[in-house]
Amino acid sequence: MNRIDYLFQTKKERVLSIYVTAGFPNLEDTLPVMEAIQAAGADIIELGIPYSDPIADGPTIQESNTQALENGMSIKTLFSQLVGFRSKIHVPVILMGYLNPIIQFGEEEFCKKCKEVGIDGLILPDLPMSQYLEEYKSLFEEYGLFISFLISPQTSEKRIREVDENSNGFIYMVSSHAITGAKAEISPEQEQYFERVANMNLTHPRLIGFGISDAATFQLASHYSQGAIIGSAFIKNITNSTDLNRDINSFIQGVIG
Amino acid sequence: MIQVDEKGFYGSFGGAYIPEMLYPNVEELRENWEAIVASPTYQEEFQSLLKDFVGRPTPLYLAARLSETFGAKIYLKREDLCHTGAHKVNNTVGQIILAKKLGKKRIIAETGAGQHGVATATVCALMGMDCTIYMGELDIKRQRPNVERMRILGAKVVSAISGSKTLKDATNEAMRAWIADPVGTHYIIGSVVGPHPYPEMVARFQSVISEEIKWQLKAKEGRENPDLVIACVGGGSNAAGAFYHYYNESSVRLIAVEAAGHGIHSGKSAATSVLGTPGILHGSKTLLMQTEDGQVIEPHSISAGLDYPGIGPVHAHLHEIGRAEFVGVEDEDAMKAGILLSRTEGIIPAIETAHAIHALNQISFNPNDLIVINLSGRGDKDLETYIQWGNY
Ligand SMILES: Cc1ncc(COP(=O)(O)O)c(C=O)c1O
Repeated sequence: MNRIDYLFQTKKERVLSIYVTAGFPNLEDTLPVMEAIQAAGADIIELGIPYSDPIADGPTIQESNTQALENGMSIKTLFSQLVGFRSKIHVPVILMGYLNPIIQFGEEEFCKKCKEVGIDGLILPDLPMSQYLEEYKSLFEEYGLFISFLISPQTSEKRIREVDENSNGFIYMVSSHAITGAKAEISPEQEQYFERVANMNLTHPRLIGFGISDAATFQLASHYSQGAIIGSAFIKNITNSTDLNRDINSFIQGVIG
Repeated sequence: MIQVDEKGFYGSFGGAYIPEMLYPNVEELRENWEAIVASPTYQEEFQSLLKDFVGRPTPLYLAARLSETFGAKIYLKREDLCHTGAHKVNNTVGQIILAKKLGKKRIIAETGAGQHGVATATVCALMGMDCTIYMGELDIKRQRPNVERMRILGAKVVSAISGSKTLKDATNEAMRAWIADPVGTHYIIGSVVGPHPYPEMVARFQSVISEEIKWQLKAKEGRENPDLVIACVGGGSNAAGAFYHYYNESSVRLIAVEAAGHGIHSGKSAATSVLGTPGILHGSKTLLMQTEDGQVIEPHSISAGLDYPGIGPVHAHLHEIGRAEFVGVEDEDAMKAGILLSRTEGIIPAIETAHAIHALNQISFNPNDLIVINLSGRGDKDLETYIQWGNY
């Protein structure tokens, strides 16, 4: 069974997924950061493939992408870092990335490598569902890769149901009209949207992302869904860290308590 | 046939590779734009503004001394005489009426040289709409007069400080701003780039250029089709407009002129048709300049309007099937051609446009050929660049 499905079968609430850009803050930090995230008690690791033009991301993640690229990160390097990582990491690991670098690497080769090293799923924000169904579905299935599609407050009920039908593992619920970025509070309108989707009885669990940053927002998101994804706030926390293990542990412990 | 298909592809290029957060906006446009643009009330307003506000039809001018210099009959399509000084305004007029009909309250746009920003700020002032222009931090410094023109017109100019701080990053910022306000905002893209339906929609608004060339040439020469049409290509909107009604006229040679910067292979160039490979840029599959790892490369051209790492999907397709001939013109040669046109015809062209003029030196044609060059813009905005170059 795919590790993502197994996770959601055994843990029904307060699932925490942590996003981190691969090769950040330093090129060789990818694995140590993943280990620290797991050790601190997060349930899923979402590993970002850095890109020069990440249009769905806010300043914090953009800067981490730029830094990782300056550090020399590429898909090739990432896969070489990931060889053998499954001897240490048992939580589900998802690669999040924009389509262009994957196309240049070669889509089939990419999927093959993902399977070889032990990646469980993909989040590709600029791959529209229609294009996925036409060009990529059978490829991803062949290599056992899950894909999670996004929904936002603007997504119609009809389309949410299509996303539910075509996603594997979980649905990525974007919390607001926004790009990624840590925000202080969650508004009543956002809560209404969380509740509306919670009441749709979707077949897949949902994780809420964008703007989740601390214990309070994680708690609130978990009230309306199976859990949440934290990215920008985590990146900020490790940006100038002098002790990654300590800072990652205290951040994640601070969120899940 | 050169024609966009239902999913927004020209051959293997195009489509709409966008985050789900933009899906409703882009769908709304895709579903509605053609019907709105075809409606009589839209057309009445559009045609009247093109005539009385933009100043259309623009002249098709027989450049006698330029013709003599190059040994062919050369006409200039005078888009430089459009209000605001370039073809860009054809598109912004078209899109602002569309935005109004869609009930949008706020307009955003990206700009490189500032021409599209000025054309957008202009129509927003005309319609009393709130306007925010995203512009790379570097370009804000390079194009000061246009920044101030936008501000005088009441637009807010926001500095894009991410990535390489130029046009591609301004486009990223505009897309992010659109994600943040999907209901009230319309994004006026300035060239035939972006997710479907933008490339086709912008081309349609610019197609007035070749529509006019056809009847103007008929009146002057007794024929609708020239032997060659020449236009410069940044994203490719003035070229798409000049080529549009000739796409399927196989006797007409289409010449697309790119910026070769310091030389196509110098590492400082924007000649996408040669240096680009297929990939995804700003929501469409097209040719773009990128590293082996798929990271977008910052191009170089002396003209900010050609300084873009991709070309619109329709041009990638014209290149793929060999329908258009692509020519790369270097910075220095473009500047010389700008001076040449100034001295032979009394027209100081935009430096983008000067590339198209120089292409006459790099292609073959016959003495009795009829050539139309799309004079996409005037050189007022480029005075500082001409002065710094200084070689006149
Ligand atoms: C005068 C002029 N010509 C050409 C261009 C390039 O744009 P496009 O290739 O979309 O026509 C610009 C862009 O700023 C321009 O100002």
